[in-house]
Amino acid sequence: MYLDGIACWSPTLVDWDSARAAFRGEAGLLDPPARRPAPELLAPTERRRAPDTVAIALEVAARAVAQAGRTPGELPSVFTSAHGDLAINDYMCATLVNEPMAISPTRFHNSVHNAAAGYWTIGTGCMQASTALTAFLHSFAHGLLEAISQASIEQRPILLVAYDIAACGALACVTASRGMLATALVLNPAPGANSLGTLTWTLQAGPAVPLQPVSAAARSLQENAIADCLPLLECIANPEGDVLLPLGDALALHIHWKAQHA
Amino acid sequence: MPVPISPLQISAYTATTACGPGKAALLDGLEHERSGLRANDFSVHPLETWIGRVDGLESAAVPESLARWDCRNNRLAWMGLHGDGFIDAVRSARDRYGAARIALVLGTSTSSIGASEQAYRELDSDGRFPEYLRSSIMHTPHSLGDFVQRVLEIEGPAVTVATACSSSAKVFAQADRLLRLGIADAVVVGGVDTLCGSVLFGFNSLALVSPQPCRPFDVARNGISIGEAAGFALLERGSGALNLLGYGESSDAHHMSTPHPQGLGAERALDDALARAGLGTDAIDYINLHGTASEKNDEVEAALIARRFGPTVHASSTKGYTGHTLGAAGIVEAAISLLALETGIMPGTVNTQALDALCGPQIRMRSAHGTVRHALSNSFGFGGNNCVLVFGRGVEA
Repeated sequence: MYLDGIACWSPTLVDWDSARAAFRGEAGLLDPPARRPAPELLAPTERRRAPDTVAIALEVAARAVAQAGRTPGELPSVFTSAHGDLAINDYMCATLVNEPMAISPTRFHNSVHNAAAGYWTIGTGCMQASTALTAFLHSFAHGLLEAISQASIEQRPILLVAYDIAACGALACVTASRGMLATALVLNPAPGANSLGTLTWTLQAGPAVPLQPVSAAARSLQENAIADCLPLLECIANPEGDVLLPLGDALALHIHWKAQHA
Repeated sequence: MPVPISPLQISAYTATTACGPGKAALLDGLEHERSGLRANDFSVHPLETWIGRVDGLESAAVPESLARWDCRNNRLAWMGLHGDGFIDAVRSARDRYGAARIALVLGTSTSSIGASEQAYRELDSDGRFPEYLRSSIMHTPHSLGDFVQRVLEIEGPAVTVATACSSSAKVFAQADRLLRLGIADAVVVGGVDTLCGSVLFGFNSLALVSPQPCRPFDVARNGISIGEAAGFALLERGSGALNLLGYGESSDAHHMSTPHPQGLGAERALDDALARAGLGTDAIDYINLHGTASEKNDEVEAALIARRFGPTVHASSTKGYTGHTLGAAGIVEAAISLLALETGIMPGTVNTQALDALCGPQIRMRSAHGTVRHALSNSFGFGGNNCVLVFGRGVEA
């Protein structure tokens, strides 16, 4: 599988170039941290009201697709997130206690797990297949597996978007997710002018010991619920390497990365 | 346009809905045109609407060893898995292929958020969840997939699809990919969604909930009735008595909570599903419509059916039997389509009194019996997320 585009966003690593440098230990984190990006794809009124999950997902999706030299409308997409929009979940649960009739219709339809996927397809006019997945702490690995599957079966490029935000309100006493983190990859079964390198995958049975991120930059993001993307991002920041992404207690996705000019 | 796919056999399936536990209760409801809806007796705060509630969940705790997952949604999953010998069918597949070769792809809309809502009602003096609701896995949407994987003791990829009301239709497409790529030798697909405040009052905030039992495609339809359900199917390679023949997935690219006015996204999913099945619209005998009884969905879907299908196809919405079971609607209506193939039942559109003039001759109020060679099922979700499935009888039927 060829990697044609990659993007990453957190308040301290606002694009792939700065993330790549930080994951290689060549640069530090942005200080002070950035505010959340404005989802340019959306109408101005929606831009302001967009949930954080939508804002960060659309930011990385647009950048990865641009790097791949694609138009968004031609790519099917896989969106993955462990928890979806935790701030809206907190709002819904808190509002339902005493004021169920006061639920905001906009926040309700934004509460669906596929809200970011929906806004992406609406904002870009994309009518291709789009899905939204979760597999708790293995959500990135399962999103990657589904994106690889679709690209392989349909023999066409695909967009993968992964994101999570911080838990807030009472939910934070059971849900451990901090900060905001999003990443996007454009995968292509065929090589092309935009290929950044190759991702060779195999499934590995048996309990997997996941590779821990080594850079200070990646470790600083480890408490986000989509952190299972970090070992792969760190690997891609380097010319070549191997990572094992657990899919569960007894199965893992092994990825070998080789940059185009490594 | 996608190329035709090989049929995948559905070697076992089950559905538990407001009509009762298992396929027999569902079939009985369909045969007798009996709605499973009741006046809302569920929500903590009153809401004038009708619901498709599954009886007995309050007293059906999951076993002690699975107490960390014990909530209404996982109780319904547990009850659903025990329908129609489904667990035995999975056990047999496990013996044939090995636990690592069986994948799990389940759909849900709200999963176990009902447990989170309950925790917010019972916060302790420090603003924390009560002790008995502090299991982190219960408050995240993969609660469902994680629970069912443990119950079935399978070790292949296990993932939860959450694309609102198309979730448990899309699981069939994902299963096909896992089987064709050789990632798994069998895939358990399905979906579970339960009644909760979020969906009752959420849909109410959008003015989409009817105060009466829902009347799909009725000229006087005024909204949906929300239901809960669990359904599962076991998919394997090769043709069997009942097969998945095709699927189509698409996006409306229009609006978060209203369908594309010309149904272009839905039509695209329909075209892709028929192309993968290698069939024309004339080969379809029964269509299970999305038919939520919302004004817009039914208007757009009726027009799509009228312009694309001939007059002899029998099309109906079964939301009046089960309620709109949201993330479980795809699997419930797949099960109804499979019952149509197996028994020849073509359900009517229960509760509906007078069809909207927009409806073509395809949409039927009364049930009928006949030979059903191919059945098609529509599922459309928020975010403009569409999925259409085609099922057919195989050589063994």
